[in-house]
Amino acid sequence: MLQIACPWCGVRDEEEFRFGGEAHVVRPPAGAGDAQWADYLFNRTNARGVQYERWLHGYGCGRWFNVARDTVTHEILRVYRMGEPKPMVQSEQP
Amino acid sequence: MKRYSFVTLAAAAFTGHRRWTKVWRTPQPKPAYDVVIVGGGGHGLATAYYLARKHGIRNVAVLEKGWLGGGNTGRNTQVIRSNYFWPESAAFYEHSLRLYEGLSPELNFNVMLSQHGILTLAHSDHELESLRRWTNAILINAIDSEVLTVAQIRRLVPLLNVDARFPVRGGFIQRRGGISRHDAVAWGFARAANALGVDIVQQCEVTGFLTEGDRVKGVETTRGRIMSDRVVLSVAGHTSVLAGKLGLRLPISSMALQAMVSEPIKPCLDTVVLSPVIHMYVSQSDRGELVIGGGADLYTSYAQRGGLTVLQNNISALLELFPAFTRLRLMRQWAGIVDITPDTTPIMGKTAIQGLYINAGWGTGGYKAIPAGGDTMAWTVANDQPHPLIRRFGLDRFASGSLIDEGAAAGVAH
Repeated sequence: MLQIACPWCGVRDEEEFRFGGEAHVVRPPAGAGDAQWADYLFNRTNARGVQYERWLHGYGCGRWFNVARDTVTHEILRVYRMGEPKPMVQSEQP
Repeated sequence: MKRYSFVTLAAAAFTGHRRWTKVWRTPQPKPAYDVVIVGGGGHGLATAYYLARKHGIRNVAVLEKGWLGGGNTGRNTQVIRSNYFWPESAAFYEHSLRLYEGLSPELNFNVMLSQHGILTLAHSDHELESLRRWTNAILINAIDSEVLTVAQIRRLVPLLNVDARFPVRGGFIQRRGGISRHDAVAWGFARAANALGVDIVQQCEVTGFLTEGDRVKGVETTRGRIMSDRVVLSVAGHTSVLAGKLGLRLPISSMALQAMVSEPIKPCLDTVVLSPVIHMYVSQSDRGELVIGGGADLYTSYAQRGGLTVLQNNISALLELFPAFTRLRLMRQWAGIVDITPDTTPIMGKTAIQGLYINAGWGTGGYKAIPAGGDTMAWTVANDQPHPLIRRFGLDRFASGSLIDEGAAAGVAH
């Protein structure tokens, strides 16, 4: 089970949270073509290793925040707030 | 290929079963092949088999980074069915079910197909209504499906607690659904493909691709460079990682899906029982073990292990419906990395890179699709155009918006 440190509530168990997919996905401009929209809506990096992702503390404060997590070890490397720039995080995994 | 029959079995018995020979070769990879298939799971092996048997393309390699059938093919819960909603899915999965029905004689290998039916439960009147609609759709697709009353379900599954916290209000069954032995499917395809000249190379991980302009020319592996103008990606949860090496971004999220088996017990469950709402399905294998599964761990993962939270929910749902199972012990629990697409429909066919074919996005239900996946991918590679059954499964559907939303038909919500 993951233990996630909500920026507002502190460390809580995985069951209180909901995974919200990859973070920092940028919405294309209004005049973008189908391929660009498809990329925005559906395509994902699906990283093996460090992934930047959003979580919702649904059964807690109800707020969204960002997490940098290693998708192989499940280690949570950094928790940061919505709107903050993507931090450069290195995983200890070789 | 030494054919298996009652006579060969009896002859082997007279020599104390000491003279069985190896079923497939362990070849060194050649420098070049007509077709390279990445991934030695069910889909990859089936593609190789049908390429060799139906299209005469026998200079084929299947490259497997671990051992044959050691990924999701050996980790799934063996369920086979074709009770999908949309016509495109129904046509494809029905083709697969029919191939499964003839697979043991086709491969001369007993895949232990047991069509004891798959029963989907409804726990409220509203859910029963939507199961009725689903059943109608299945019947319109000319596939068998039947709504059952609570009394009929009681007779079929006497151990089921219909007065559970979420009481059983009815259900529907596809009687031609069931299970088969997943290892046998991998081994059967491998043995038959090997006999037709296909090289199955285990312990050979693909680390990169060779390209020339927008054409694929071969692969880099841990056992050297292998040239081929046609490369098929059949690597389930790791598709994004390999496609990423070519700069392709895919609509796939990799997640862990758990399963578990109990200790073996006497026959007590004669169908697959599935509850979409409380996230549980269970069947009994020929060895007597209860095979149990549920929802995926809902965050992306490449870890091949699941969290205890999901396991606990899964087990509590099982025990609420089958109180008799509370005394059983679990023998094994594991997870596989499944490749989930936004519309729960696979991604099959050609890619933006010439000669690179993709067979992915099976999510939580790729096992039932193995024969049809192999058959249609082999046709696609041989003809360099998508097989009619998979024309709607292409990557282009995400830009055109013509998705095939099978979210409900995944059986258990993921």
